[in-house]
Amino acid sequence: MNQYLRYSIPLFVFAVIAAFLYKGLGMNPREIPSPLIGKSVPEFSLPTVEDAETIVKSDNLLGKVYLLNVWATWCVSCRAEHQTLVHLSRSGKVEIVGLNWKDDRDKALSWLNRLGDPYVINIFDKKGRTAIDLGVYGAPETFLVDSKGVIHYKHAGPISMELFNETLLPMIEDLKRKG
Amino acid sequence: MIPELGHFTLILALCLAITQAVVPLVGSYTRTISWMAASRSLAWGQFVFLAISLAILTYAFLGNDFSVIYVAQNGNTKLPDLYKISAVWGAHEGSLLLWACMLAAWSVAIAAFSRNLPLEMVSRVLSVMGMVSIGFLLFMLLTSNPFDRTFPAPFEGGELNPMLQDPGLAIHPPLLYMGYVGFSVAFAFAIAALMGGRLDGSWARWSRPWTTIAWVFLTLGIVLGSWWAYYELGWGGWWFWDPVENASFMPWLIGTALMHSLAVTEKRGAFKSWTVLLAISAFSLSLLGTFLVRSGVLTSVHSFAADPERGVFILMFLLVVIGGSLLLYTWRAPYISGGGRFDLVSRETFLLGNNLLLAVFAALVLLGTLAPLIYDALELGKISVGFPWFNRMFLLTTPFLALLMGVGALSHWKHAEPSLFVKQLRVAFIISLLFGLLSLLPVFSAGNWLVGLGMGLAMWVASSHLVNVRDRLKNKRGFAGFWLDFKTGGRSYYGMILAHLGVAVFIVGITLVSNFGREEDVRMSPGDVSEIAGYNFTFEGVTQVSGPNYNASRGRFQVSKDGEHVATLEPEKRAYFVKTMPMTEAAIDWGLTRDLYVSLGEPLGGGDWSLRLYYKPYVRWIWLGGFLMGLGGILAVTDRRYRTSRMRSAKTADTANAAPAVSGG
Repeated sequence: MNQYLRYSIPLFVFAVIAAFLYKGLGMNPREIPSPLIGKSVPEFSLPTVEDAETIVKSDNLLGKVYLLNVWATWCVSCRAEHQTLVHLSRSGKVEIVGLNWKDDRDKALSWLNRLGDPYVINIFDKKGRTAIDLGVYGAPETFLVDSKGVIHYKHAGPISMELFNETLLPMIEDLKRKG
Repeated sequence: MIPELGHFTLILALCLAITQAVVPLVGSYTRTISWMAASRSLAWGQFVFLAISLAILTYAFLGNDFSVIYVAQNGNTKLPDLYKISAVWGAHEGSLLLWACMLAAWSVAIAAFSRNLPLEMVSRVLSVMGMVSIGFLLFMLLTSNPFDRTFPAPFEGGELNPMLQDPGLAIHPPLLYMGYVGFSVAFAFAIAALMGGRLDGSWARWSRPWTTIAWVFLTLGIVLGSWWAYYELGWGGWWFWDPVENASFMPWLIGTALMHSLAVTEKRGAFKSWTVLLAISAFSLSLLGTFLVRSGVLTSVHSFAADPERGVFILMFLLVVIGGSLLLYTWRAPYISGGGRFDLVSRETFLLGNNLLLAVFAALVLLGTLAPLIYDALELGKISVGFPWFNRMFLLTTPFLALLMGVGALSHWKHAEPSLFVKQLRVAFIISLLFGLLSLLPVFSAGNWLVGLGMGLAMWVASSHLVNVRDRLKNKRGFAGFWLDFKTGGRSYYGMILAHLGVAVFIVGITLVSNFGREEDVRMSPGDVSEIAGYNFTFEGVTQVSGPNYNASRGRFQVSKDGEHVATLEPEKRAYFVKTMPMTEAAIDWGLTRDLYVSLGEPLGGGDWSLRLYYKPYVRWIWLGGFLMGLGGILAVTDRRYRTSRMRSAKTADTANAAPAVSGG
């Protein structure tokens, strides 16, 4: 019997993987309904990308509707998304706050210098602590936050102009009207 | 009417696949010769019907038949003919049809080239292939029929994803699939051998050429894909550890282990149950890759059609195929006899070491790929395993692999005399050490230990294999001696040497481009000059041009070094008419020692553009290395050994124990 046990290890490993895959089918990684929707942005106190001495707290962001964009220089999709973000910030339709995630400060700065900086504030989350609080699945991810700091929408993966115009913009205008 | 014919032949192929799965298998147990012999004609029949289906789908694309939904989604009247053809497998449904077609093609190849195999073995192998085929054909007919129609037919099609409109990508998926599907042959052989309880040297010898051919296809497919990503995505990267890439890399790693393990099983009869497990795993990972790509459980930059319905089907299919074969393994493996004994210091040990390293690396890649899913499912929070993690794992395993390669190829089977190969490898070791240390000098890398490690290892792999060749040719004279050796059964040996030298070339490429590559993102006005790694890029502005199905802004650059003109580069930014997505067409001046790479970013007004300039030293060596590995594989399968053994066993047709093959090296 013991010999069967030894040779059944691959079968058990596969069974575990299959169980995860089955569970995974029920989850959609692109539009994870964040448990945080309808709740406030978790509290944080972090430096900015530009300056380690300047500390931004979650309260500092109150009073405006903004997109919170999680990005990193090691993330390929972020690079694809970046042009869209620069375009959006130039259009003036919405302000974008960056959350630089598990990244290198110098790399992040040179990225912004070279590709353009769409962010009004760029928070530097070296350890990824705040990203965990936000339930970040992978970069890039974008949250829509209202003036009271409440999250209204979450998108995993790069945002496109199509998504912005069709989904985000109506919500943003609605939130701005409500004040 | 014609598309319905394609649908009909697909159904006929399914019927034949079911017959092919059942009849020969039953025949092999009841010893009914005619039932077993039917397997060959059934394989042919299935292939013919699937080829007709594929031809009809191609015809629908060429004739712009937009009443077929799949054609309407991916075809377009303005699409050049080449891309109309590659659009056939450019999306989900069609790529499955190609999969099924190739599976049938491999079955036909077995039917045609298996005259020396016992009929019982052939019928079981083809039966297993038939079972796999049933799964794919059912999947297609039930969830993803490429021949579904729509009325009224749209006037124009939605066009193939512009990213896929590229000659490299026209042949990348077929190569990759040939590799994926090719592992089904090794898998079928393993299952057939488990069923019959006949796991011996001849089983390994039959599987070897098939495995190597599949591995060659997969290698070339991955190389081509990486090259495509490099010039088409415009980020200058050549590997992204994306789930889709990992899906092809894992079977490659296990396939590599399998090739080496099969060699041990053939020559020494050892590692039998391990080899069988590898054969099952290589194909299982190919199927898992399909699941990951098609089901949408993971996010990926490739992001093809994702559909949970289809995911459920593939998962069920995985459970049957992988679960079933592992169950068979659990049941049968304990009765597999152990092989020949070997000492701690022997080629067997070194090959086992390399096998384990490859398997561990594949497991790590699998873990990294599934980690977001596992975390999410366990509600531990959501994580993303990025580039840095995979690179660290790569650095953790591959140096040991390279070290073992040098020793393994030189050592003897069963028992290697340590003092002997220490003597043989002493020179190679000293050269590599010096070479590694030399590359640490300030003029080269200023003490970057990764450069020293990479260069030292590359030199180690190269020099230890050259020592090996020198020893082999010790008693042969000059080139004529080598040629004679090459012709008379040395091909698999030289194939191995060439593939391993490919690894050395690959290591050089990856080391140099990772550590000395330069990239600049700059803003330039017409007339501006930017310098990168000693090259001056003069921007001459952007003009508008139009292609068959897109408009483009085309930039023009003059590149010079030390006042001498080097190249004129014309990168493009294309806007495709139908899918209005912008596409970057990078311009590359390639060379063996460096690539110069320019891609257009965004127009910034007033004729200014944001641009990316790259200097990529030795980047070609990465693909050159992969290409050499593939070439080595081709050389190995054309070895005389396989042909002679075929002739020899043809004389003693269908005897249970084929004569042992002449040993080449």
